[in-house]
Amino acid sequence: MDAFFLQVLNGLDKGGAYALIALGLTLVFGTLGVVNFAHGALFMIGAFCAVTFRKLITLEQVVLSKTELSPWGTPLEIRTPYAQQWFGDFGNVLIDYSVPFSLLLAIPVMLLIGISMERGLIKHFYKRPHAEQILVTFGLAIVLQEIVKTFFGANPNPQPIPQALQGAADLGVMVGLAQHTITYPIWRLVYLLFSLSVIASVFAFLRFTTFGMVVRAGMADRETVSMLGINIDKRFTIMFGIAAVVAGLAGVMYTPILPPDYTLGMDFLVLSFIVVVVGGMGSLPGAVLAGFTLGVVQSLASMTAVKDILPGIDQIIIYLVAVIILLVRPRGLLGKRGVMEN
Amino acid sequence: MFNIPKKDAITFVLFAIVVLTMPIWLAPLGASYPGLLQKFAIYALLAVGYNILFGLTGYLSFGHAAFLGVGSYAAVWSFKLLSMNPVLALVFAIFFSGLFALAIGFISLRRSGIYFSILTLAFAQMSYKLAYSVLSPITHGENGLQLTLQDPRAIDMMFIERGSSLPTSSLFGIPMNGYAGFYFCAVILLIGFFIAQKITSSPFGMMLKGIKSNEDRMNYTGFNTKPYMLTAFVISGIYAGVAGGLLSITDPLAGAERMQWTASGELVLMTILGGVGTLVGPVIGAWIIKYFENIFSAFNESVLHNFFAFLPDNFESIVVLISSKFVGEGWHLTLGLMFVLVVVFLPGGIMEGVRRISARFSNRKDPSKGEEVIDPENLPKPDLKKGE
Repeated sequence: MDAFFLQVLNGLDKGGAYALIALGLTLVFGTLGVVNFAHGALFMIGAFCAVTFRKLITLEQVVLSKTELSPWGTPLEIRTPYAQQWFGDFGNVLIDYSVPFSLLLAIPVMLLIGISMERGLIKHFYKRPHAEQILVTFGLAIVLQEIVKTFFGANPNPQPIPQALQGAADLGVMVGLAQHTITYPIWRLVYLLFSLSVIASVFAFLRFTTFGMVVRAGMADRETVSMLGINIDKRFTIMFGIAAVVAGLAGVMYTPILPPDYTLGMDFLVLSFIVVVVGGMGSLPGAVLAGFTLGVVQSLASMTAVKDILPGIDQIIIYLVAVIILLVRPRGLLGKRGVMEN
Repeated sequence: MFNIPKKDAITFVLFAIVVLTMPIWLAPLGASYPGLLQKFAIYALLAVGYNILFGLTGYLSFGHAAFLGVGSYAAVWSFKLLSMNPVLALVFAIFFSGLFALAIGFISLRRSGIYFSILTLAFAQMSYKLAYSVLSPITHGENGLQLTLQDPRAIDMMFIERGSSLPTSSLFGIPMNGYAGFYFCAVILLIGFFIAQKITSSPFGMMLKGIKSNEDRMNYTGFNTKPYMLTAFVISGIYAGVAGGLLSITDPLAGAERMQWTASGELVLMTILGGVGTLVGPVIGAWIIKYFENIFSAFNESVLHNFFAFLPDNFESIVVLISSKFVGEGWHLTLGLMFVLVVVFLPGGIMEGVRRISARFSNRKDPSKGEEVIDPENLPKPDLKKGE
């Protein structure tokens, strides 16, 4: 039973990442009607925002010491990060918490990338068939990941967890179980909470702001909204930017869990597409629900008890779920009737 | 069976000449070595087969790599169990990939559009993951399936003694590596091309094109499109299986990475780059991509320095610095850029570019100068079933 809870928890943080990526994909599909295969690349770029940020703030000034000698007899090099020199103690905090702080870098960068992507390339593809949209964004994904590879190389770039958030939390104690029954890495808990709050803020944004209301109206009936004199294209462009930001933020916070390399996007892309389809094309709650469900299902399938009965099930469970859903209920878990149903 | 229209016959003869003289005309391009030539022939066959599905019916499959993998494994198993005869291996590859395609197609074709793509992708990924994990007794997982000295090879053992070294696949005593291997692949490619030509011009092919234009309308006129689609899917899967078998014949080592979805993606790139729906286009696309992969990726800075030596020195180093990002390890960047540009500006691929240029040069002549190009512009566009 404890193992069961643990696996559910493990699944939830992975599910959080799936849900965030799928949420962005669905936003783009629901507003612009574009199937964006470059969305995984946006997740990857977000992760590399964290890498870049850390590289920038750990730039060091190297001073040769006048008195001390290194073991080789040469003057000792004293390395002090510029951040520490300029900001003092806050600089150290900045370095320690580089991953959360890089969210601040990621937001403008992802917004810019998202909007320029939409304006530069994707707007020409609204009227083209889905197959061509898939192809052009797939090509774009290759280009983006190769550019990242040129700058950061092919090796994974591990990012540290802030000191205070390292280690594991003993969740079992909180619910009255014995010690060390359910321990869970704190950072994964942070990630879960983070993804929930991002999801909540996206929904709140769409639900409670005028901008969100217009966007929802545009999703329902684009033509009527534009006939009412509202520049719906501009809002949809901004929504594309927001979708890129969501993917980017998901990527930033995921870096301590999985060291990012340039293929990260492609790895997540296939899974998140399956999440979108299982949730129902164009359904935002569906994407979130399917994201968490598939995350949990995947980690439950990797329990030894399950693997003993069905060997190899952990490898294919997500695809299997997708196939079954598509055959039995093609509009997905929460998809609207009539939207992309055949 | 062999009475084909004159135009098709000319295309076929020209194509045959081009393929069979490849060792000669590729020599100045630095690509005339057997290993690469074999790949040219094999991947061209793969692309021709893929085009039967994607080009004629418009169904975008992201799972053809699975059939390639099944074909490779089937061929290697036929080497291991029965005989080193390549024809037998191909029969094995055809049988198993066909069976596999029948099963996957039967399920996947219950949906169309992007759902079909996702279903094929899911099946291919499942095969890939299983080949790596649970099916290791059959696929030998990460090591890949290889020949060993202890293989039974039941049929061969009746006629010859067990040798002390690993055998190579051979037909009538000619080993299937080097140029002989290339010509074997080339002959199979020509047969495949001929069959594809026959299919394209047959009533069956017309039916498939009808499905691409408007499947609903085909249904309303009383055709049950499902059997046609399934047949097209299986045929195209068999092409992929044969290509996989040929890969194993020329180099008897089959690995699971052939089944990964990026391999399917590459196949889609080949077809699009050359020109969807044309017969020659996918072949050209396959050649370009394989050429880039093998030749372009081997470029390094010193080659570039030689190439740009005519420029002034300072300028040269800048040019070399920039262009070095696009060759060698970065050739994928070139590929991606090329691909985006083609999809944006030339949705019909290279063949459309050729047709546009030739139309410009011969304004007065027959506008259908582009030979067997099926012009996607002139076909009625299917209604976009957008969920808006």
